Amino acid sequence: MTMIFGVPMAVFMGQLTLGLVNGAFYALLSLGLAVIFGLLKIVNFAHGAQYMLGAFAALLAFNYLGINYWLALVLVPLTVGGLSMLIERFLLRRIAHLDHLYGLLLTFGLALIFEGTLINFFGVSGARYATPEILQGGLNLGFMFLPTYRAWVLVAALAMCLFTWFMIERTRLGAYLRAGTENSQLMQAFGVNVPLLITLTYGFGVGLAAFAGVLAAPLYPVSPTMGSSLLIVVFAVVVIGGMGSILGAILTGLGMGVIEGLTKVYYPEAANTVIFLVMILVLMLRPAGLFGKEA
Amino acid sequence: MISESGEATRQTSEASSATRARDILKITDLHAFYGESHILHGVNMNVKEGELVTLLGRNGAGRSTTLKAIMNMVGRRSGSIVIGGKETLGMKPHHVPRLGVGYCPEERGIFASLDVHENLLLPPTVSSGGMSLDAIYAMFPNLHERRKSQGTRLSGGEQQMLAMARILRTGARILLLDEITEGLAPVIVQKLGEVLVKLKASGMTIVLVEQNFRFAAPLADRHFVMEHGEIIEEISALELAGRRQHLHSLLGV
Repeated sequence: MTMIFGVPMAVFMGQLTLGLVNGAFYALLSLGLAVIFGLLKIVNFAHGAQYMLGAFAALLAFNYLGINYWLALVLVPLTVGGLSMLIERFLLRRIAHLDHLYGLLLTFGLALIFEGTLINFFGVSGARYATPEILQGGLNLGFMFLPTYRAWVLVAALAMCLFTWFMIERTRLGAYLRAGTENSQLMQAFGVNVPLLITLTYGFGVGLAAFAGVLAAPLYPVSPTMGSSLLIVVFAVVVIGGMGSILGAILTGLGMGVIEGLTKVYYPEAANTVIFLVMILVLMLRPAGLFGKEA
Repeated sequence: MISESGEATRQTSEASSATRARDILKITDLHAFYGESHILHGVNMNVKEGELVTLLGRNGAGRSTTLKAIMNMVGRRSGSIVIGGKETLGMKPHHVPRLGVGYCPEERGIFASLDVHENLLLPPTVSSGGMSLDAIYAMFPNLHERRKSQGTRLSGGEQQMLAMARILRTGARILLLDEITEGLAPVIVQKLGEVLVKLKASGMTIVLVEQNFRFAAPLADRHFVMEHGEIIEEISALELAGRRQHLHSLLGV
């Protein structure tokens, strides 16, 4: 059997794939956080709960309305993103002139409310969401077995990341977003409806989280607490990558997933902490993050 | 008595409106605040269509704040700002530019995350009749050469050209320009002067906040001198020669 650094090739490649899949989730979630933080200057503590709402909405839509996975992949991000626009419009906007700490507290409170409400009705044990039939099984690549659904998650997440990158870096609306992130007051003096732009941006960032949630539903148990543990890691990823660039957020997310996956192969005890060790290292050497702009 | 005096006022105003263009911008008793600090203390001024006026004064006199107050970029305001016949004091900030107002801030406000071309295309069109991209690049050939560069990589002069150029594309007919010559080389200042002459000839209304009086003097129809958040003097271009000494003492130059 082929060995890589003393580990069987199949094990190595398996963990690499797992790492990439986790990394794709980190990328999607940190991207949304970074976009929201850029324009609203709010650390969206509800992001994990909104990811969880995505997964839960897919589950409930399937169980009660018979909405299938593919339809959920489109409808759930639109619904969760749309509802979050109401949160921005009627809650976050009211405190936008206050210290940004209040936004953090408010979104943290919202996360607790979402989680608590769902725990009340569904408990914490979690439910299974069936993998769509066409994505069941796997591909034997010779050197490894690749589960089809994981391959699909990787492709879909990366496609969504690239779509986001394109929207922000190559379109007029994206130029508004970038410019608004730098100086929203001047954008308003040019006649851009910045409050509307902020609402749409929050909805889009949350929509990304909900999209990630639907993708995650067949992979992990769908439970009200599935987002909170993930969010802590995602915050670390955002700190490592810095807030500076979209591609930076994507690459950092994938990279951290891979590092975490490979640590599982070589030193499993550290797998849960390695991202935080990297974070400490980056904070010491490059406080603005790997892709962030030095202040 | 009352009707007679009313009649008289109406006749004088009719007479004056017949000989002069209408006020496209009229500011009455404007007060503005940043938080607790009271910056403008009852500014009164009017600008006619096609006119170029300057706001002169020492640093901190309230000239930039007057422009920002027009754009609804300060905290609290009271009084009246009428643009093209519309009262704007109750308007949202993003509705003011749509009356045809283009604003060029003192710090220029070039966006680092956008290239020159994107910076130029950024402000939305507020009315038809703006300059075409070709005409703008013909007016500022440097910008065309550097259109792929990051906005903030340009020299100070080029950034100033860009900050001006991008509001010309939008169709704005009233330009509020804050200290556009500040810190620029004489050759660039001269170029900006030529641009202003062209814009004025095309019928634009321009409010120029200037420190460089020698730059502003030959361009302007009227000068407003500000001190402590008020307009303390209005001097027309015709009166300027005789009152230059007085003006210099007001400005402390």
